[in-house]
Amino acid sequence: MVGIVSYGAWIPRYRITTEEISRVWGKEDNSVAKGLNVQEKSVPGPDEDTTTLSVEAARQALRRSDRGPDALGAIYIGSESHVYAVKPTATIVAEAIGASPRMTAADFEFACKAGTAAIQSSLGMVSSGMVDTALAIGADTSQGAPGDALEYAASAGAAAFQIGTDDDDIIAEIDHTVSYTTDTPDFWRREGEKYPSHAARFTGEPAYYRHTLNCSNQLLEEAGTEPEDYDYAVFHQPNGKFPVRAAKQLGFSDKQTETGLLAPVIGNTYSGAVLIGLSAILDVARPGSRIFVCGYGSGAGSDAFDLTVTEEMADYRRSSPTVRDLVDDRKEIDYATYAKFRGKIDEGEVTA
Amino acid sequence: MQVPRYWREQSERYKLVGSKCNNCGLRVFPRRSLCPDCRHESQGQMEEVRFEGTGELVTWTRVHEALSDRELETPYLMGIVELDEGPRVTAQIVDLDPEEVEIGMELESRFRKLGEASESGVVHYGYKFGPVVSD
Ligand SMILES: [Zn+2]
Repeated sequence: MVGIVSYGAWIPRYRITTEEISRVWGKEDNSVAKGLNVQEKSVPGPDEDTTTLSVEAARQALRRSDRGPDALGAIYIGSESHVYAVKPTATIVAEAIGASPRMTAADFEFACKAGTAAIQSSLGMVSSGMVDTALAIGADTSQGAPGDALEYAASAGAAAFQIGTDDDDIIAEIDHTVSYTTDTPDFWRREGEKYPSHAARFTGEPAYYRHTLNCSNQLLEEAGTEPEDYDYAVFHQPNGKFPVRAAKQLGFSDKQTETGLLAPVIGNTYSGAVLIGLSAILDVARPGSRIFVCGYGSGAGSDAFDLTVTEEMADYRRSSPTVRDLVDDRKEIDYATYAKFRGKIDEGEVTA
Repeated sequence: MQVPRYWREQSERYKLVGSKCNNCGLRVFPRRSLCPDCRHESQGQMEEVRFEGTGELVTWTRVHEALSDRELETPYLMGIVELDEGPRVTAQIVDLDPEEVEIGMELESRFRKLGEASESGVVHYGYKFGPVVSD
């Protein structure tokens, strides 16, 4: 048996409403934000980045775990906003949580699905017995160019998962995992560029939906399950619209997806998105609950997981803060403060 | 800050590692090789300890003029936090506006960016303190 031993999430305290972003760009009807179904998004403080969010999420996970940092044989961090081009985020996080130096560490990149890729690699490491437990983190502090549609949703957050075998107390068993991967140029950022580029019309059908739907169907086939067999389902959420439509097309109900759908209130946390959604589900799931997870990353690919919550969940330290606590503990800022925090001042590269 | 000095002080900054005197039980931060109370009697009796990172705000102030790499953070708050284990730590207070700050309030350590040598330089990380997330 392999699965999740512990987990933790982190969301910065600051929020900006999409209404405020619309106001600044003269889109008084707030049509872009309404179309995206995003009311507000999280904003990292001026001293928060992918490294700091990863450390906070990892600390939450370890605080609730019976297996301390010594049990971690690997730390993998998936992000598209690693602080350094060369120098791993994972070594800083390993040092900060006290897991160094007898362990392996690496950074992963695959747009928004680098975190689920880190979980899959961790599963391989623990099932083969190469390491005792592994920590997989998905974290991002993504940016959209000022005025670009991405600016309405690009936000920040992280989630960390300690993966182990049944030598440990697994709270959620990962029964199956599958992936669906193609070379699709829907979204990219070249080395040295501050903001990403995207093929606007291209991001929906051939990219997000094609990979999410195919990968999800592949998982249902592999697991021999139907959508109604699950208590909860969570999909990658670049906005509040795509995951709702994908879930409907697959046959999942709003009741199954509402717990893990956070994009409307925190925006698109990229590599953190599907994993923070999964954390919110684990916060409330009970022994026997079945969970369907499907991530997506541009470039492009999807990773899907089929989980069953175990009896161990009953004894698990569900210490605060929960994802809901982190979502509710908000501090609203205006566009000027947001621009100051995000270093959008004096950039001279506005794309209206 | 020079890269080697930053690196030497890493476990204090990253993990709030201090010292405990096994002669009298006093806990100090940052690390010391001798206990300030027992002096030479504590020789060889100082043990490294990691503090939990929870404590109470003792006093605070607002900083308006910052060093160049923190210009975009001004004004910011600095405070003295008394850790639950006893030692007092001077640190930046984050995620709070002055009107939200109260002496005696519970704070938690946060892992944050402290600054960077330059656009191309090493990024320095370490502890700051922020509000406890409410239930
Ligand atoms: Zn002493």
